[in-house]
Amino acid sequence: MTAMQPLTNLRELDVARIRQDFPIFSQPVHGKRLVFLDSAASAQKPRSVMEAERGIYETAYANVHRGVYSLSQRATSEFEAVREKVRRLLNARETREIVFVRGATEAINLVAQSFGRAFLSAGDEVLISHMEHHSNIVPWQMLREEKGVQLRVAPIDDAGELDLETFEKLIGPRTKLIALTHVANALGTVVPIERVIRLAKEHGIPVLVDGCQAVPHQAVDVQALDCDFYVLSGHKLYGPTGIGVLYGKAELLQAMPPWQGGGDMIRSVTFEKTEYNELPWKFEAGTPHIIGAIGLGAAIDYVQSIGYDAIGVHEDALLAYALRELSKINSLRIIGQPRHRSGVISFALGDVHPHDIGTILDQDGICVRAGHHCAQPTMDRFGVSATARASFGIYNDRDDVDALVAGLGKVQEMFRL
Amino acid sequence: MNELRDLYQEVVLDHARRPRNFGAIHGPSHRAAGHNPLCGDKVTVTLTIADGRVADVRFEGGGCAISMASASLMTEAIMGKTEVEVRAMFEEFHAGLTVTDEGAALSALAELDKLAVFAGVREFPVRVKCATLPWHTLVAALDHVSEPVKTE
Repeated sequence: MTAMQPLTNLRELDVARIRQDFPIFSQPVHGKRLVFLDSAASAQKPRSVMEAERGIYETAYANVHRGVYSLSQRATSEFEAVREKVRRLLNARETREIVFVRGATEAINLVAQSFGRAFLSAGDEVLISHMEHHSNIVPWQMLREEKGVQLRVAPIDDAGELDLETFEKLIGPRTKLIALTHVANALGTVVPIERVIRLAKEHGIPVLVDGCQAVPHQAVDVQALDCDFYVLSGHKLYGPTGIGVLYGKAELLQAMPPWQGGGDMIRSVTFEKTEYNELPWKFEAGTPHIIGAIGLGAAIDYVQSIGYDAIGVHEDALLAYALRELSKINSLRIIGQPRHRSGVISFALGDVHPHDIGTILDQDGICVRAGHHCAQPTMDRFGVSATARASFGIYNDRDDVDALVAGLGKVQEMFRL
Repeated sequence: MNELRDLYQEVVLDHARRPRNFGAIHGPSHRAAGHNPLCGDKVTVTLTIADGRVADVRFEGGGCAISMASASLMTEAIMGKTEVEVRAMFEEFHAGLTVTDEGAALSALAELDKLAVFAGVREFPVRVKCATLPWHTLVAALDHVSEPVKTE
């Protein structure tokens, strides 16, 4: 859809050029160069995503799966082509295993409400970890309220690593689902998800992986992982808000009852009996977020034009640099020291509240997240109510890290640390 | 940097670092808790009103510099005041931070002596709730509200 030159063979990402692909960086903040370090909350969008959305509206927009006219068929084929792009992105076996949802939150709720309601009963257990996002905690608590399902929480250690030994001990005869993050959003911990899934498989337990913070940074192969569900949000992958993906193994999705009822998810409706549509549309009631899906497709194209190898090399080096530079700051404490980190660094600076840090950095055009990151149990585990968090994407470079370090110097000066 | 200096004035930083009247009164006549769920600021205000005046007031909790300093300065400002005066101060403080007419806002704050240092918060709309949380909590205590106060 765009005339991008492939960057695949570059050892170093040409960040200056990448930044030119993101219109937001042409606009100063408080008169300063925008230093965007909050991609883990939501990433900025390349021009190609905006152009793809606009392009569909201007040339091929109509409702999908409905019209006999050619415009609707074009819209449908563009929409369904994105499903194939997502299938390839995740290396799913079949496109019918790719369900479009609003985001990872909706995907997890779908699994809790459909799989959970149908296959879990009172006393059955869902095993999660202590470093989950609220979206991988609350849907299970709602199921607990509704069905008496038990929630088991695997502890993490002081470094922010999953305690695998205890995790394994928590797997019991009543464990019916393991739901774990791939990369922890507040700590940056990369969970050894392959090992976790192997363990689960030894006990025949299905595994849901929250891949929100993984997919922007690394290639994911759901067949190699052998996970049963994998969820992601488009807006963290440089795509639009309001679109996300639930991957589920076909045999599981097939056995699961529909979640929401409405148009598109049915084959035939009479007042006596309704026959549901086949996968994946069984789970896509109502007119889908057509434009969001188109934007997501363009975002996937963009990420793949750069390539996960190049992204990985660039971001690993940038994280290492950031960790080194931040560690030099007196009174700065990094929250979580996982061996394998991706995307984010959470930190505390003396006793300065993260919101004060955020306000002061903002004056220099530096955007960091300050708060509990929708992971209050993680905060409790480390004895803090909030942290400041810098997170990185393909458009960040050492200048951004240097700006952050300089900005933190101003915080220290202001608070006389 | 100037706007930041207006926000984080010396008085504010001093009260944030060494809050006055920090703690809880044993057996207060009034008590309420407040919470900003988004940023995690938490404050509990206890006070004793005797002969129609604030005989003692304390606060405890944790949060950003703005919320801590606001709570600390609030306790100093209302000590010895009548309930009517305290409610009037709340109105002035709230107006001073939230009304759009800057002249009216600043003249409301000017009535509040030391509390006028929070004028700088006006330039940082997302931080207004940090400064007002202790005051909302105080009014809830006066009104005997038992549910925790939220400013969002």
